[in-house]
Amino acid sequence: MSDTDVILSAKGMTKQFAGFMAVKDVNLDVKRGSIHAMIGPNGAGKTTCFNLLTKFLQPTAGSISFNGKDITTMAASDIARLGMVRSFQISAVFPKLTVLENVRVALQRRRGGNFDFWRSQRVLNQFDEEAMRRVEEVGLTDFAGELAGELSYGRKRALEFATTLALEPELLLLDEPMAGMAQEDIERISALIKRISANRTILMVEHNLSVVADLSDKITVLARGQVLAEGDYETVSNDPRVIEAYIGVGHG
Amino acid sequence: MTDQTMSGAPVNEKTRQPLRVPVLHMGIFAALLIFFLAAPFFLYPVFLMKVLCFALFACAFNLLLGYGGLLSFGHAAFFGGASYISAHAAKMWGFTPELAVLLGTGAAAVLGLVIGSLAIRRQGIYFAMVTLAFAQMVFFFSLQAPFTGGEDGIQAVPRNLLFGLFDIRHDRAFYFFVLAICFGGVLLIYRIIHSPFGQVLKAIRENEQRSISLGYQVNRYKLAVFVISATLAGTAGATKALVFQLASLTDVHWTMSGEVVLMALLGGIHTIFGPIAGAALIVAMQNYFAGFGAWVTVLQGAIFVIAVLLFREGIVGVIGKWLKKPL
Ligand SMILES: Nc1ncnc2c1ncn2[C@@H]1O[C@H](COP(=O)(O)OP(=O)(O)OP(=O)(O)O)[C@@H](O)[C@H]1O
Ligand SMILES: [Mg+2]
Repeated sequence: MSDTDVILSAKGMTKQFAGFMAVKDVNLDVKRGSIHAMIGPNGAGKTTCFNLLTKFLQPTAGSISFNGKDITTMAASDIARLGMVRSFQISAVFPKLTVLENVRVALQRRRGGNFDFWRSQRVLNQFDEEAMRRVEEVGLTDFAGELAGELSYGRKRALEFATTLALEPELLLLDEPMAGMAQEDIERISALIKRISANRTILMVEHNLSVVADLSDKITVLARGQVLAEGDYETVSNDPRVIEAYIGVGHG
Repeated sequence: MTDQTMSGAPVNEKTRQPLRVPVLHMGIFAALLIFFLAAPFFLYPVFLMKVLCFALFACAFNLLLGYGGLLSFGHAAFFGGASYISAHAAKMWGFTPELAVLLGTGAAAVLGLVIGSLAIRRQGIYFAMVTLAFAQMVFFFSLQAPFTGGEDGIQAVPRNLLFGLFDIRHDRAFYFFVLAICFGGVLLIYRIIHSPFGQVLKAIRENEQRSISLGYQVNRYKLAVFVISATLAGTAGATKALVFQLASLTDVHWTMSGEVVLMALLGGIHTIFGPIAGAALIVAMQNYFAGFGAWVTVLQGAIFVIAVLLFREGIVGVIGKWLKKPL
């Protein structure tokens, strides 16, 4: 794989929490334009990997590069500005803002500095139409004026997804985007992920294996902080080590 | 896959119409303005000026707490610090009232920038402690520095000619000067809350991690709101010094920081008008119960405890809930 094919790359990425190795020497290459899934049992270190890649945590060792640029020491907000945006495992919405306003906050960043405290927020109305389109995309049109905090869990996830998409990121990191969603929402978001992946790259953690099988081009299996296996669904699902990690020790 | 979501259904009528809330708010502001324009003709101007100064102070403080999500325990530093500067400028340098207030405000802004840039790196209770620590430094500085007059403070501060032209020495004339400043300040805070900046602030308050992941450099926004809050708290303190013609240690004491927290909580921190109501209530209480001496503090504490137990969202917060309208 040539360097320009790799959008995100981690080398020897390690995170230690007070003596506990949550992530250990992980090497990861995410191919541009692909849907890359990261799976693994609970506590495997998937979310920690996301936190490291997006610089919400500082790695103990190793290096990370995005689009060929070393981002190991950058700030999390700057990572987002480069075009790599993450979602959170625990749904992250702004509960006291309306659904529409949630999406608009993301769009608003395009204005550059938002320090103009003397100006009326009516200048933000320019983003309403686009925000509405994003809201529509995830099936929340009827809830546009509701406070985000009042939505059901599945709808909060959909809203979070819409907000992330509004930034038009080059690379999306989705941490269990379908967790807690009803089947029909899962189908809708799956289709949406497929559709938006046309000109973007997606790295996602997902426990729903049928979604993973259906969507992803490549899968990285993580267990106890280390990469256990990597490949397409076929390869990975037949790997005895993966089966063992999922079923439990000693039952292989 | 249900396709109806992709087909661009028209905006449902359930979509809340946000237009009427600003109209309501403007109505309340208009009513307040009319009241305060008429009030000096049937209430003591000095009492009213005190209410106005504390209303601005509480609103400035609450911009940081209610909208920035940052609890400062050191706002007396800005309020009291500015009152010393303004008193000194008016008395020793013969500054006109508007310039004295401006200088006090500017001093509070600088102090806010210094304290804020060190405090915003801390979260929650640590943030509060850092602000308290700095405010204590300002207090001890005020106690020791030669120009502040130590225990006596700066007394007999003159009310010079407004713009060097108009004689507003008398309370009722001075009142309108104070009203213009404080009302203007509160309106500015209202605008800040409803600005693009205010929208980002709310997002940060609601979910800081998410705001970072959207690319917002949250520390810059926090610092900005801290400085604005400190600056306007300074405006309130600088004005108050001219009202009472006195700058004293009371205004930089930690109890003053506590008092403004109380005003905001009592009125409701997630409201626009709460801090004004809280300030009015507490100032009124201090005035009317002045005869009880040290018991005022106890009474104040008791009322506070009862209020917090009865209405956790503050008085105006509870009223807003009844009316189902954000106040
Ligand atoms: N801030 C932290 N401090 C200490 N330990 C942590 C911290 N964050 C995560 N861990 C630990 O690191 C390990 C990996 O956690 P992580 O959240 O990355 O797992 P995960 O693969 O995302 O699991 P899940 O599927 O349950 O979301 C866990 O044992 C967790 O307890
Ligand atoms: Mg996780």
